[in-house]
Amino acid sequence: MSVETMSIFSPELSARFDELVTRYPMKRSALIPMLLYAQDEVGYLSDAVIDEIARRIGITPLDVRNVATYYSMLRFKPAGRFNVQVCTNISCMLRGGYKIFDRFQERLGIGHKGVTADGLFSLEEVECIGACCWAPAIQVNYDFHDELTEERVDAILEQYRSQNAGGR
Amino acid sequence: MADVTFTVDGKTLTAPAGTLLIDACRKAGIEIPAFCYYPGLSLQAACRMCVVRQEKVPKLQTACTTPVAEGQVFITESPEIAQARKATLQLLLGNHPLDCPVCDAGGECELQDMTFKYGAGESLYVEAKQHREEQKWSPAVYFDRPRCILCYRCVRMCGEGMDVWALGIQNRGVTAVIAPNGGDHLDCEQCGMCIDVCPVGALTSGTYRYKSRPWEMKHVSTVCTHCADGCKVTLGVRRANDGMEIVRADNRDKSGINGDFLCAKGRFGFDFVESAERLTQPLVRNVAGVLEPTTWEKAIRHVAKRFQEIVSRSGTSKNGRGQDGPGSIGVIGSTRTTNEENYLLQKFARTVLKTQHIDHERTADYATFHGLLVGSTGRAAGLKEIAAAPAILLLGGNPTEEHPLLAWSLRSDVRLNHARLYVANTQAIRLERQAVRSLHLADGDYEALVRSLSGDETALAGLPDAAAFRDALAGEESLVVICGAEFRGAALAALMRWGLSRPQVKFALLSDGVNARGAADMGVYPDLMPGYQMLAGDGPMHQEYAGMPVTSGKDYVAMMEAAGSGKLNGLLVVGADPFAALGVADGALKDTFLVVQDCFLTRTAAQADVVLPTASLYEKTGTVTNCYGDVQMVRKAADKAGVKPDFEILVRLAGAMGVDVRTLVPFGDSQGVRADMGQTRGAQAGEADRHAVWLAAHALEPKLSPFDPLAILDEVERLVPEYKLDRLNLFAGNESTTEPGAGFVSVESLLQRKDGVVAAHPGLFDSGLLSEKTSALQQLRRHQEKLTVAAD
Ligand code: SF4
Ligand code: SF4
Ligand code: SF4
Ligand code: FES
Ligand code: FES
Repeated sequence: MSVETMSIFSPELSARFDELVTRYPMKRSALIPMLLYAQDEVGYLSDAVIDEIARRIGITPLDVRNVATYYSMLRFKPAGRFNVQVCTNISCMLRGGYKIFDRFQERLGIGHKGVTADGLFSLEEVECIGACCWAPAIQVNYDFHDELTEERVDAILEQYRSQNAGGR
Repeated sequence: MADVTFTVDGKTLTAPAGTLLIDACRKAGIEIPAFCYYPGLSLQAACRMCVVRQEKVPKLQTACTTPVAEGQVFITESPEIAQARKATLQLLLGNHPLDCPVCDAGGECELQDMTFKYGAGESLYVEAKQHREEQKWSPAVYFDRPRCILCYRCVRMCGEGMDVWALGIQNRGVTAVIAPNGGDHLDCEQCGMCIDVCPVGALTSGTYRYKSRPWEMKHVSTVCTHCADGCKVTLGVRRANDGMEIVRADNRDKSGINGDFLCAKGRFGFDFVESAERLTQPLVRNVAGVLEPTTWEKAIRHVAKRFQEIVSRSGTSKNGRGQDGPGSIGVIGSTRTTNEENYLLQKFARTVLKTQHIDHERTADYATFHGLLVGSTGRAAGLKEIAAAPAILLLGGNPTEEHPLLAWSLRSDVRLNHARLYVANTQAIRLERQAVRSLHLADGDYEALVRSLSGDETALAGLPDAAAFRDALAGEESLVVICGAEFRGAALAALMRWGLSRPQVKFALLSDGVNARGAADMGVYPDLMPGYQMLAGDGPMHQEYAGMPVTSGKDYVAMMEAAGSGKLNGLLVVGADPFAALGVADGALKDTFLVVQDCFLTRTAAQADVVLPTASLYEKTGTVTNCYGDVQMVRKAADKAGVKPDFEILVRLAGAMGVDVRTLVPFGDSQGVRADMGQTRGAQAGEADRHAVWLAAHALEPKLSPFDPLAILDEVERLVPEYKLDRLNLFAGNESTTEPGAGFVSVESLLQRKDGVVAAHPGLFDSGLLSEKTSALQQLRRHQEKLTVAAD
């Protein structure tokens, strides 16, 4: 049973949070994992998410924002269903990362931090995602796609479109 | 900790091991620049202005985080260090506007001073600056983002100092920005502490911003008029059309009992002085029954004549209802006037008006408090003692709302000195967050608590934590007990007896009104005289005031009732509003000759026969005593044409009634000791002139003036045993704490009396009449109320 009776999170996540705050000597040490899991479930850190996390930890919503805004991978606006993160850091840049990024911009009709009108895709230019040996690389939600060429961009987009049409 | 010896710039210094280098240097007169370091707040080490060279350490070190140890060698100024500091400044100035001439902080900005010193005059950056509009976060707090140097002082002050945590820092690197808790506004105590600590012009105050330049003001250090804590406040004043106006309030030199601190009332609550509703001319009710402006001479003469008639005649009064003669005038004093005025008021009442009917709105039972302490020494705690006490027991009261300075001092004591705070209260209060133990009592349980503390196992038996609370307190070697005004009469006596039975327990009793304690100490009571000497009895005061009526008089409520039924023929009300306080109906006192001295046309003033416009605390000189017994100097800052201090009014009235004012105010060469013509009393030379004119008119020129309130302080010191003041300290702007134990009245007689206490419980933006007339405080109150409504 969740401690928070009015949780906006799923029962599973709620239970996970109940446990998480007991794990550290100080409750607020659970803050960053909580933010991350909440973002995964809700899609972004809404005001309601921030308020509930603050309540669970016993700090102010301002405190939560102080921490959350520090991290570039935490967001405060909804992303697309598929969040495309294109690496343009050194290895990927040398191996054509910007070409890949441009191709996504052109195909999706959106720029950095943009979301398509149908809410399906969002696009971000990010720093190294740890796949340098297979540069250029991108990450879509938690999937990696590497050794990319501009041509493969279209196929990748197609793959997610059909995944969406298939329901999952 | 043991002292260590180290070398700074070739000088050998000694300090306790672990002292921060920056503090050790400052003590020794070596200045190290710092933006983020702020004494009393956690270390930030964010600005790198304080870098110094330490021998055998490869890189420059930050003096604000370097604890001193034996044998260290430091250099604090060298070309290398100057270059490092200059580079820091260049970085800070990268996006900082270079428009000091129009910046609100220009002339008192730490960044400006440092740039001047280290000469980071030309910028290496050619890019256009990123401009952001100023934001209004509340009526009190404005934020100018490009000026912020991200020192985090405001964030730490609000969080650690105020325990409000309304300011945060968001994003990172070049996008980092100070953020208020409401997104685009502040939902907080509006104390302005963040503005005060901001080293630059990034946070500015709604009441002061863009009104003045720092060098245009004169700075007068006086005492805040709003609550019984008595913060020292520096008023920045400037010449205005009708005198001197106050443009700013802060505690400029961070001295006195409050150090850095001022709450919203102290910092923003001064515009009542300029209120359009301020009375600036005496008013006398004319034949048509309307209050009509008149001159001071006429008004004083009129009052004197009527009082004279009432006092000197005997038998049935003119209106055929009451009795004239001694004891037929009532006097109501104030918790807002000075000690000198209160003393003079009761002396005037007893010796000139020949009446024993005198009282004030009592907000705490100081008579019992005092009575219990008689004969002991060192049992009353001044504020500085409280702020350094190792253990404090807070019973009742709500300092965060009603005694902001006390709350600040307790928080600081817990944070910086690891003091242990014990809280027992019938309501939940914010200070429980700092408490090691807190006890939630049911209404009416305070007496049971005292019994429990005194060892009665059955008391509070239903409360599981009560025993542990008592045991923890028993383990404290020394303790300061602070109680709210709820404690009075027998309950207060029982509590104090418990405390007095232990060796190292000191007390403080909270009250409302800047000079509530002073009014009580000065004997503005129907049955007590200065120093709580019983009127019914025989003591030094009886010789002093030979011929005064010695039967106990009517108290505040009884006086109003007597006047209402036509049994008091005259009533002099100074700085009080009994019509509003007691809900008296208009017209109820039509048979009483009612004289009111006040700054505003209060409900009572509107009913008066004569209204005499008075100077506020910010427009006069004297002393006040805070609720902890700390006496402080009040100095005249503002000046308003047309008003007079209550002190001067009383002297003039007495004079006009044919009294030799020398018997009232010990001035002149017979008993006086001051030879100050008022020059040192305030920012205005005109003050001295006014004293001089009166003197010349009475052929007393070279001596001194009866309008000098400090002349009567001599008499207070002579007659009131607890007022043995450390004058040097007092005149230097520090507090001098009274010693109630030096009094001479036994508690038994005091305990028989009715305490008559009505506590006001003012909130954060509230101090009664004065806050009502202060638009800045009203704006803050509305701002916070709107937020509360929105949150519900
Ligand atoms: S005004 Fe006081 S309470 Fe409000 S943000 Fe500033 S420091 Fe905090
Ligand atoms: S607003 Fe002022 S006090 Fe706060 S971080 Fe910026 S410069 Fe420092
Ligand atoms: S705490 Fe009291 S005395 Fe101090 S500034 Fe506030 S109202 Fe004035
Ligand atoms: S640089 Fe792109 S994955 Fe490391
Ligand atoms: S004062 Fe030392 S780093 Fe800021």
